[in-house]
Amino acid sequence: MTAIPDTQSFAPDPVLPKRKSRVWAKFKRSPSALLGGVIVLFFVIVALLAPFLPIPGPLETDWGAVRKAPSAAHLFGTDEIGRDVLSRMIWGAQASLLAGVVSVLIAVAMGVPLGVIAGYRRGWTDAAISRVTEALLAAPFLILAIALAAFLGPSLTNAMIAIGVSATPVFIRLARAQTLSVMTEDYVESARAIGVGHVALIWRYILPNIFPPILVQGTLTIATAIIAEAALSFLGLGQQPPAPSWGAMLNVAKNFLEQAPWMALYPGMAIFLVVLGFNLLGDGLRDALDPRDN
Amino acid sequence: MQIGKMLTAAALLALSTSLAQAQDLKIGLQDDPDILDPDQSRTFVGRIVYASLCDKLVDITPDLEIVPALATGWEWNEAGTELTMTLRDDVVFHDGTPFNADAVAANLDRSKNLETSRRKSEVRSIESWEVVDDTTIKMTLSAPDATLIAQFADRSGMMLSPTAFEAAGEDFGSAPVCAGPFKFKERIQQDRIVLEKFADYYRADEINFDSVTFLPIADTTVRLANLRAGDLDMLERLAATDVASVEADDGLQLERATSLGYQGITPNVGNGEAANNPLGQSNLVRKALSLSIDRNALNEVVFEGAFATGNQPFAPTSPWYNADFPVPERDIEAAKALLAEAGVADGVTIEVQVANNPVQTQVMQVVQAMAAEAGITIELAAKEFATLLADQSAGNYTASQIGWSGRVDPDGNIHQFMTSGGGLNDSKYVNPAIDTALNEARLSTDPAVRKESYNAAVAIQQEDMPIIYLYHPVWIWALDDSLSGFQAYPDGMIRLHGVSQN
Amino acid sequence: MLGFLSRRLLIAIPTIILISIFVFSLQKLLPGDPVLVMAGEERDPDLIAALREKYRLNDPIFVQYFAWAGNALRGDLGISLRTNQPVTELIGEKLPVTIQLAVMALIIAMVIGIPAGVISAYKKGTWVDWLANLIALSGLSVPNFWLGIMLILLVSVKLGWLPASGYQPFSEDPLQSIRTMLMPALVLGTATAATLMRHTRSAMLSVLQSDYVRTARAKGLREHTVLIKHALRNALVPVVTVTALLFGELLAGAVLTEQIFTIPGFGKLVVDAVFNRDYAVVQGIVLCTGIAFIFMNILADAAYRLLNPRMRDT
Repeated sequence: MTAIPDTQSFAPDPVLPKRKSRVWAKFKRSPSALLGGVIVLFFVIVALLAPFLPIPGPLETDWGAVRKAPSAAHLFGTDEIGRDVLSRMIWGAQASLLAGVVSVLIAVAMGVPLGVIAGYRRGWTDAAISRVTEALLAAPFLILAIALAAFLGPSLTNAMIAIGVSATPVFIRLARAQTLSVMTEDYVESARAIGVGHVALIWRYILPNIFPPILVQGTLTIATAIIAEAALSFLGLGQQPPAPSWGAMLNVAKNFLEQAPWMALYPGMAIFLVVLGFNLLGDGLRDALDPRDN
Repeated sequence: MQIGKMLTAAALLALSTSLAQAQDLKIGLQDDPDILDPDQSRTFVGRIVYASLCDKLVDITPDLEIVPALATGWEWNEAGTELTMTLRDDVVFHDGTPFNADAVAANLDRSKNLETSRRKSEVRSIESWEVVDDTTIKMTLSAPDATLIAQFADRSGMMLSPTAFEAAGEDFGSAPVCAGPFKFKERIQQDRIVLEKFADYYRADEINFDSVTFLPIADTTVRLANLRAGDLDMLERLAATDVASVEADDGLQLERATSLGYQGITPNVGNGEAANNPLGQSNLVRKALSLSIDRNALNEVVFEGAFATGNQPFAPTSPWYNADFPVPERDIEAAKALLAEAGVADGVTIEVQVANNPVQTQVMQVVQAMAAEAGITIELAAKEFATLLADQSAGNYTASQIGWSGRVDPDGNIHQFMTSGGGLNDSKYVNPAIDTALNEARLSTDPAVRKESYNAAVAIQQEDMPIIYLYHPVWIWALDDSLSGFQAYPDGMIRLHGVSQN
Repeated sequence: MLGFLSRRLLIAIPTIILISIFVFSLQKLLPGDPVLVMAGEERDPDLIAALREKYRLNDPIFVQYFAWAGNALRGDLGISLRTNQPVTELIGEKLPVTIQLAVMALIIAMVIGIPAGVISAYKKGTWVDWLANLIALSGLSVPNFWLGIMLILLVSVKLGWLPASGYQPFSEDPLQSIRTMLMPALVLGTATAATLMRHTRSAMLSVLQSDYVRTARAKGLREHTVLIKHALRNALVPVVTVTALLFGELLAGAVLTEQIFTIPGFGKLVVDAVFNRDYAVVQGIVLCTGIAFIFMNILADAAYRLLNPRMRDT
């Protein structure tokens, strides 16, 4: 579950511009993709609107209402020091989404350039980058993230860095494979033959071809990263109290399973839903962007 | 055919009766012990296993009086520098090695001189020893040390078979050999430790189980679920928040004892740059922080009132507690006045480091919310315990939420923390008056004299506030109703003498 | 084939060296002083100095690395800082536990995943397919530590059907062993079942469109026979390769599951060791899993080549 799904590389597509409308049309027809989009959008909006919603503050404590079951006053109940669980979940959505997106951006920002360089330069550069990638891939993703998060010290920022670094090898491999296959295309070879420079070559031919699989992989990795952030917070290595995050809420909730099951139920469902949303979206994007299949 | 049936039935009957006789006690522990060598181990939970495995020279009563165990008696010379102990003559170790004065001498030597001994500081005052006869040993101290006897009621007093540790050296822990009621059978790390009854135990008639199995289960909910399901017979450190549910359960019983330890906040008052802040520089700010905390509410919210509130190194129930300074009521106005007096009427912001486990962070979040109302803004820095400890000893902290597991002798709860240069005085607090009081308390073996010294020390502590005490944990055991004879001790140990199951 | 294998093994050597350097540097990277924790509450300075000496923590880092790597080559991974137990012995003790968990999870995953994939492919485009996909995706999306605690709450605490912990070695009491591992295996197997279902589905789809299935159908064979005898058999080839790789992932996925169900396996060992700063154990485990992972990959590639002779070098 915490392993990162691999996107198969796509066949290079020389006629990019004309595809946009076709992709959108395919995407629109897929109920799963739309459902995913709606779920993700919902959580994004809720997270953004958190400061404006009519809910108690996520840090507001009420000693008189410690671990109270869901009621009209507290729709999802209260937590171990009398804070509103719903409010903490809404604010916690910010942490989860941020963790998912930022760690994937880190992984893409490090992985794509390295992968492109490896695929473009070949030879020793490629060998060196590939060995490091393999070494990183050989350590199980979650163990790597746990060790890195422990090394950096427990905080949300550090958890994002740890997850980002742990997810990087997947993007290196994907970008490298894609670059390698683009480089063998006739139109790239003729472009090289007429003396198009390295930068122009990468910019005009390689990056546009890398973009679709990276987008798909990125979306799916956001799903993995959100779970990973929750797992790290669950182990006490992510978001730190009193700031809310779904994983951190579960970490506390497991001590009160019997007395206050709602503390564990709702944050877990939120993680599940948002991750499902990103997975559906990623699948939909893959089907829509894949030029091979109509 | 008939005979065959009868034989089978007889065999089954024999099997079932032998099963009924072979009683195994299953105890759920909160964590997995470290190395099972009393000279090298450091965890609290390890001591729980030793209570069944390794007998000590002396023991304590539930009221903290020291009573004979492997030693039958002891005597101090006038100056308090010589301790003569007489020993039982009917004890053998699990491997048959006889227990005598030579064995005690070898054990003292190991505690003091094994390279990786964790007991060195506990027996440091012993300078030399002399085997007077088979059952008498005389120890000579470098200076009077009233705390020594209490050390012998814990790991320093546990007697290991010299034959075994001479052969195994530092690896003694993989197959410990002691003189307790049970002997070591097997251990699977993070899974279980199995001990079986030692037939030649000198108090064998008090032991009613053939074996005892310790199962480390970190999750409190799971531990309790296992007890309910009958997979455990008893568990230690029940979560305070589970007390109500166990009380309501007819099949279970509860036992509790206020621990010897405490939890508190240690501000950095003098260790490097980090001490340069209002909290570190002004005892008024520290007193304000203390007054801003509603200790009762803290206990109610986090522990459902099951723990004990506190404001001194000793619990209010302890004979060493200074009754002139009762646990203060929360007083926000007084706290604000103190802040104004300290010149920070607009409030202060301090960072408190806390171990990132759910209970300690919950405690600090409650304190954080309470202090905020007095104008003290607390920023929490949650760290893994290993990091917290390293930062604390390096002086890299403004304030630290940390506790102490507690010692039988009062000295163990205060001396090292408050005297200048004390081994655990991480914030480098210095007050010559408290040094004098605490050093004097070590010299006399008369409790009344010592009590006066500790009263004086506590009075200074209340003024200087080098540590803000918050609460004292209460040991809570949950037992299956079929068990009887269990007695709760403030050291949190599980002594199986007289415990039985029907 | 031999050439391929030897080349892959040669390439693996620098990777393994890199892993070992990375693994060793963890010790310097992790904050907090292990000796401070090991010295116990009293933190006696003499003892701290003695421990540093004993574990050679005062030596320059590269000296420590070569000493460690040299011992590792001889199969000695050092001793646990916490219990003095040899790390290799610990690994040998914990590995069977995690393998049992992973095997049970894999069986559960196959029993659910493969039939679901076949049905889904056969009913492609219908609501059955869509629903099966949604369920599979849900399986991939549910955080397994949450699923674990929810199951404990429901099955152990509320219903009292299965124990929430209490591992029994399979060799001692097979039935009880399976009983205690059932819930964790289910939790661990959920995501794998989903992955298997998706792979089976796509493999079945491509096989169902192939010529020989069309031929078989044209011959008038019964649909059931076509599906099972012709299509599934061929579709299983890539599925088996994937399964081999998934097994490795299961071992890694056991980390949190073991933590929650208090199973004394590999995953619990490594997480506890990270928190206790038991460096020797962390290093030993990450090194072993890393090497195992590399070999699993080589084996999977080799198997794939054997099954697909057409595949060219890439």
